[in-house]
Amino acid sequence: MATVTPLLSCTDLSRHFGGLKAVDRVDLTVMPGEIRAIIGPNGAGKTTLVGLICGRIEPSSGRIVFDGEDITRMPAHRRVGRGIAYTFQITSIYPRLTVFDNVALPVQRMRGSHVASRGIRSEVMHALERVGLAGERDKLAGNLAYGHQRLLEVAMGLSLKPRLLILDEPTQGLSDGEIERFVALVREIGEQATILLIEHNMDVVMQLAEQITVLNFGKVLAEGAPDAIRANAQVQAAYLGTDYDD
Amino acid sequence: MRADGPARVWLLHAAVVAALWAAQFVLPDYHDGVLARVMVLACFAMGYNVLFGYTGLLSLGHAMFFAAGIYGAGLPIYHYGVHVVPAFFCGIAAAALLALVAGALALRTVGVAFMIVTLMFAQVAYLASLWQGEWTRGDEGLTLSRNERIVENAWFFLDPTNPATRYALAWLLFTLVLAALLVIARSPFGRVLVAIRENEERTRMLGFNTFTNKLAAMVISGAMAGAAGAAYVLLFGYMGSTFASIQYSILPLLWVLLGGAATTLGPLLGTLLMFYIAELSNDALNAWFPGANLSQIGIVGVALILLVLFFPKGILGTVRERWLKWLP
Repeated sequence: MATVTPLLSCTDLSRHFGGLKAVDRVDLTVMPGEIRAIIGPNGAGKTTLVGLICGRIEPSSGRIVFDGEDITRMPAHRRVGRGIAYTFQITSIYPRLTVFDNVALPVQRMRGSHVASRGIRSEVMHALERVGLAGERDKLAGNLAYGHQRLLEVAMGLSLKPRLLILDEPTQGLSDGEIERFVALVREIGEQATILLIEHNMDVVMQLAEQITVLNFGKVLAEGAPDAIRANAQVQAAYLGTDYDD
Repeated sequence: MRADGPARVWLLHAAVVAALWAAQFVLPDYHDGVLARVMVLACFAMGYNVLFGYTGLLSLGHAMFFAAGIYGAGLPIYHYGVHVVPAFFCGIAAAALLALVAGALALRTVGVAFMIVTLMFAQVAYLASLWQGEWTRGDEGLTLSRNERIVENAWFFLDPTNPATRYALAWLLFTLVLAALLVIARSPFGRVLVAIRENEERTRMLGFNTFTNKLAAMVISGAMAGAAGAAYVLLFGYMGSTFASIQYSILPLLWVLLGGAATTLGPLLGTLLMFYIAELSNDALNAWFPGANLSQIGIVGVALILLVLFFPKGILGTVRERWLKWLP
């Protein structure tokens, strides 16, 4: 295993907003095929960290290498071309466009934008079928139920054929039944892509994650397999506010 | 997205174009002249619509592109006796180049700042046209004679001062620009422009370079406005600084809002209606308040306020929302 090159490695990565160290000297290495969960209390810097990885936010210092290539200064839209896809924490779709058009955009992005519209139809429908939204294709995305909007966003991310799919709190606001389906879907996606998952729902994290990174105050507090993290006293302290040395 | 969708769309547009062609045989001469002018100005409005309607960028400076088309075509003819055909393309190129430069700078801003920066660019262009009075004769303007505007060779004779020829040329330009707009609106590129309008950050994170797409929209928009300007000076023979003034930046916005932003046929409808509304109200103002010398620009302002307050989607935008969802 040691000889496999990591898909993603962040070295000494920082982002400061004024005096606030949102991400503070983080090292993160993700191997190909992994499902990695990033957890931590509110304000720990999780969203900022994945924002740095996908290029929404510029780092203050440090280095990001994706598949052997330094992408630290690469604009976000080119990182998508390299295989990094991001789904937003707050649902970000095109509410006034149809479900079909929402997915047609990432599909045409991966095909090159000069392909005629009709060529992409089957691919769009395939992506919609995967998340179970094929029947809603002519609806305006804004008229979908919230859970379906989240699924639509995953379909958009999938259509980018990502090698690294970043899911930022995907189950927030979903019902238990929807969460169950979602877990199955992420597992299925995980067979082809590496996944970075920010998640507050610990059941979901424990079901899906192979490795967990815990952030607190912008720093990596702990990293390891789910069982080890669950047993980690520092992590419990960060979440529950208990003293370390009790 | 149904199978008959594309055919229906193309049929509708072909019918509109055919009706415009037929109109010249039905309407009295005066209205032929109005319609020729409206068709050319509708090209200006369609260009504005690419940027405002589809891409969601509100420019307050499109007069500079219209004027670049007018001067880019008219000045080479007036000063250097350049042939009409290359002069026409020179007008388009001047506007497209100006749009590229202005866009590259103005698109670094968003929202209100973008409006102000485009407005400033346009004011610079307007003042430059006054300042270079030796060349342009400023407000007074220049007229092109019939001899300077005809195309004549062994196979071909085209006289834009002839009303029928003028109508045909205006119609031809309108048809080409409308077809281009329709193709863009239904293309993957058009979908990206709409995506930028609806949610730019999401579009960027889907891997699109939103800056270059917006810049492309700006250049296409400027080139269409420039084509309208170049045709205007060739068909009607007059160029003056008025065409670079703020009024001609507001008018296309008004035409597009009235007809329906982000619709292909809205610019034509808006331009046509506004032309007659302004004219009728001008007559009415003169009849009711003789000697008051009230300007129709006031009507334009009132119309703009009423539209934004009560009718923000415009005529075809509302029609699309309520009844014909397939309208492009």
